[in-house]
Amino acid sequence: MRYLPHSEADRAKMLATIGVKSTQELFDVIPDALKIKEPLDLPATSPEYAVEAHMQALAGKNHTGGDGPFFVGAGAYRHHVPASVDHLIQRSEWLTAYTPYQPEISQGTLQMLFEFQTQVAHLTGMEVANASMYDGSTAAAEAILMARRITRRQKIIVSGGLHPQYRDVLKTYLTRDEGLVCRPPNRQGTARIIDEVDETVAAILVQTPDFFGHLHDIEALANAAHEKGALLIVVVTEILALGIIEAPGAFGADIVVGEGQSLGNPLGFGGPYVGLMATRQKFIRQMPGRLCGETLDAQGKRGFVLTLSTREQHIRREKATSNICTNAGLCALAFSIHLSLLGELGLKKLARINHANACKLADALENVPGVSVLNKTFFNEFTIRLNTRAAPVVQALADRGIMAGVPVSRLLPDEGELSDLIVLAATELTSDEDIAALVSTLTEELS
Amino acid sequence: MSMNQQGRPTGIENSTNGSCEGAALLPMEPLLFEIGATDHSGVDLPDVELNSSRLGAYERQSPLDLPGLTEPEAMRHYVRLSRLNYSIDAGLYPLGSCTMKHNPRLNEKMARLPGFADVHPLQPVSSVQGAIGVISELGEWLMALTNTSAVAMSPKAGAHGELCGMMAIHAAHTANGQAHRTIVLVPESAHGTNPATAAFLGYKVKPIPANSDGTVDVRAVEEALSSDVAAIMLTNPNTCGLFEPDVKKIADAVHKAGAYFYCDGANFNAIMGVARPGDLGIDAMHINLHKTFSTPHGGGGPGAGPVVLSQALAPFAPVPFVRKNGQELELVEHAQGSQSLGRLTAFHGQMGMFTRALTYMLSHGGDGLTQAANDAVLNANYLKTRLETVFSMPFGAQHCMHEVLCDDDFLKGTGVTTLDFAKAMIDEGYHPMTMYFPLVVHGAMLIEPTESESLKALDAFADTMLELAGAAKAGERERFTSAPRKAPMRRLDETGAARSPKLKWVKPD
Repeated sequence: MRYLPHSEADRAKMLATIGVKSTQELFDVIPDALKIKEPLDLPATSPEYAVEAHMQALAGKNHTGGDGPFFVGAGAYRHHVPASVDHLIQRSEWLTAYTPYQPEISQGTLQMLFEFQTQVAHLTGMEVANASMYDGSTAAAEAILMARRITRRQKIIVSGGLHPQYRDVLKTYLTRDEGLVCRPPNRQGTARIIDEVDETVAAILVQTPDFFGHLHDIEALANAAHEKGALLIVVVTEILALGIIEAPGAFGADIVVGEGQSLGNPLGFGGPYVGLMATRQKFIRQMPGRLCGETLDAQGKRGFVLTLSTREQHIRREKATSNICTNAGLCALAFSIHLSLLGELGLKKLARINHANACKLADALENVPGVSVLNKTFFNEFTIRLNTRAAPVVQALADRGIMAGVPVSRLLPDEGELSDLIVLAATELTSDEDIAALVSTLTEELS
Repeated sequence: MSMNQQGRPTGIENSTNGSCEGAALLPMEPLLFEIGATDHSGVDLPDVELNSSRLGAYERQSPLDLPGLTEPEAMRHYVRLSRLNYSIDAGLYPLGSCTMKHNPRLNEKMARLPGFADVHPLQPVSSVQGAIGVISELGEWLMALTNTSAVAMSPKAGAHGELCGMMAIHAAHTANGQAHRTIVLVPESAHGTNPATAAFLGYKVKPIPANSDGTVDVRAVEEALSSDVAAIMLTNPNTCGLFEPDVKKIADAVHKAGAYFYCDGANFNAIMGVARPGDLGIDAMHINLHKTFSTPHGGGGPGAGPVVLSQALAPFAPVPFVRKNGQELELVEHAQGSQSLGRLTAFHGQMGMFTRALTYMLSHGGDGLTQAANDAVLNANYLKTRLETVFSMPFGAQHCMHEVLCDDDFLKGTGVTTLDFAKAMIDEGYHPMTMYFPLVVHGAMLIEPTESESLKALDAFADTMLELAGAAKAGERERFTSAPRKAPMRRLDETGAARSPKLKWVKPD
C-alpha cells in the first residue's frame, strides 16, 4: 500500500524487537468475541488511477457553476478565487501543520491568524475578532450563547430575515430553551422587532443583507437594544457586502458574526467554510473560539501565541462555555490571502461589480411578465416573486442548464405564502449573456 | 519601516523591533499591515459605474484600512511565513490523540475537481447526484467499519460530533419519557471536550476513576449507574493508549441501566478494520475524518466529525441526511414531522473533507485500512520497546494501542520538566508529543507515531529521545530549560499575552 512505509521484513524486525510473534498478539487485549473475524465486505486497495476514475465519475454527475448561467446564493456565493490562493494554501507548511500548540515552531500559522483577526476586525468595524469558527451558522449560535453570558439574560429575539437554516441551527443549539423568539420570515424586510425589546432581552439578532437580500437600519436596532441593556448581534452571510455597505460596528453592533466563504473559499457543496466572529474588546473573555495574541519571546522578539485558552473546552472541561475546539484554520488562511490580494482597493471594486451586476439582473427580471422584484435595497442578492409556484420553475430552468436561484420553499416548506419566491444572486462571474439567457428562458417558462 | 525595491524589509532597521532576524532561509516576516499598502492590489478588476445604486442609506462611510499586496508580494509574504511552521511533510509529528498521519495528495486533487468544488449546496438535488453520492458512499464505509445503523454526516469537527451524539441521546431519552436523567458519566482520562459537551447540554458530569492499570474501573461504572444517568462518554482505545478490555461489560451495564453509550472516536485509528465499535456496544461515536481518514489539519482545521449511531438512536439523527429512492438520491433537509434532533449547521457538512476521506478509503480499501491500524499499533509498540528502559511508563506492563504514554518520573531530580523536554525536542528537529494530557498521569507525554512512519524514521526518533533522556539525567539542565534555541523563536511569554491581550495590529502613533 503506497502510504504505508513498512516492508514485510521491516515488520518482522520490529515484531522481533518487541518480542511478539505477530501484530495480532498486540491486539490480544481485545477479547476475541469483539474482533472482526471475516474480512470486511469492502473493496481492496486501489491504484491512484482507479480511485481517480471512481471519483471523477461521481464528480461528473454534478452540474458545476461553470456549466451554465448561475444565480444560486442564499448563504454561499460563487466568486472567483485568484490562482495564487489555492497554490499557497497547498504548501505543506500550511496544509499539514496541526493547531499551533508549540508556538516556537508555528509562527507562520500564528502570525497569519493575528493578521486574519485584524482583517476581520477592520472589515466588520469591530475592536477584536477571533481566529475563526466552523461556519456562519454555528458562529451565530455561539453568538447567542455569548450574549447570554454577557448580559445574564435569557431572551433572544431573532429577526425574520435570518437565513432559515441558520435559524434552525439556533433552535437546535437551544433545544431545551424557551428564551428563543424567532420572528416569522418576513419577505418585505421591514424589521418591527424594535418594539419587542425590553429589560429581559439578552440580544436581538438581525441579518443584513438579510436572507431575502434587504439591507437593514442597524443603527436604529442598536439604539433600541442598548436602551434596554440588550446587545445587538449582526449576521452577515455575504461578507463581500462589507466592501460597499456600512460596517455593522460603525452602527453600534456588539457582536458581528459572518460566513467568510466568499473570500478565498470555493462553493464546495456547502463546506468547509469559515465562520467569522468579532466583538468589543471588553467582551473578549466571553468570546468563544481560538484567539491569537501578540507577545515577546525570551529574547524580546515579537511573536504570537494562542491566548486566553482558559476559556476553551480542552482546558476548561465541564466549565467551558462553547462547543468549538478546532477552528477553520486553512479556510481562514484562504480568506486572509484573498483579502490581502484584494486589499481595500480591490475589495471595494469587487463589491461594486457585484452590486452593479445584481442591479442589472434586477432591472432585467423586472421586465419579465409575471415577475416582480421585492427589494428596494440589496447588495448582490434579492428576491423575486412569480405569478406561480417557484420550485417547479427553478427545476424546469435547471433541467435546461440554468441555475436560477433558490426557491424559498426549499428552505421554508411550511410557509405556503412564500412559495412563489426565488432568491437570486449575481457576482463578478455573472455575465450579460447569463442574464439574457435567464430572462428569455424564464419568460418562456412563465408564459 | 523601510523596505527595499522588492518590498522586503531591510534587515538592520527592522531588527530594532526584534522581528526581522534570522538566517536567509528562515526569515522572520513583518506583518501584512507593515508591508502592504491600501493602494496595492493583487487582483485586476474593472472600474464600474453604478448608474442606480440600491444600497439606500447604507453605503459604507467608515474606513476599511485593509492593506493590499500584489501577487509577487503575496507569494513572498505567505511563503516566508509558511517556513516558520513545522509540518508532517517536514518531519515526524508525534502528537498523541491527534493522529498526524500522511495526507495523500490524491485527496487534494480529487477535492478540487470542479464537479465537487464548484457546486452549490442549494442547487436542485437532481443536479448534484454525484455530490450526494459522495456523502452516501462515505456514510456506507463508515457504517461498515463500525457496524452501525446510521450516520450523521453534518457535524463540523470532533466536538461538534460529540454535541450531535449527546443531543441524539438527549432526544431519545426525552422521547422515551426519560428526561429526568441528568447525569453523564465521564472517566477522568477523557478529552476535555467530553465533559464540556455534556455540561453544554445541561448534564451534570460525574467523573469515573481509573484503575491502577489505566483502564476504566467497571465496578466504579456499575456503582455510578442509576436511573438518573443518561449516558457514559468513554474513549476507546482510551487516552492512555489502552484498549478498554471490559468495554462490552460496561456497555451491557450501561444499557441495563437504561442509559446510552457515547464513544469518543478520536482513537479509532488503532482499531479500524480490527474491531467494530458497534460490536462493542456503542450507541453513538464521532469519527474525526481529520485524524483517522487523513484530511489535512490545516493549522487547526477545518475538521469533520460524522457520528455513527446505533439503531436505538438512528431516528434522532440530525438533518440533512441522504435517502435512497430507487436510483435517485434524495436529501432530507427538514426535521418537521420526524424525531430528528434538528439541524446542526447550514448546508450539508464538510463536503471537502468527505471527498478527501472517501478518496483515502478507496485508496486503502478495507484491507489497507486494517493494515494501517496494524502498522499504527506496531509502530507505537516498537517505540514503546525502544524507549521503555529509560522512559517511565505508568501503564507499561501491557501492550499499548496506537500511542505510548510516559510520565515524568524518569526526569525526577534532573530539574527538567515535561515542558522543557518537549522544547528540547524542537532543537533536535522534532515536533513535541502531546504534553500534560491525559491529566491522570503526572507530567504526561503522549506519543502517537501513526502508521506513516518508516522503521528508519522511528529509530532516528527513538535515538534522539534516548539521547535527550540521557542528557537530562547527566545534568545538562540548561540544554532543556533554555530550549528551544534553534527554532525561529525562543520561548514565548504566554502569561504576558494573556494578561494584556493584544489581539490585532494597531497602527503605531
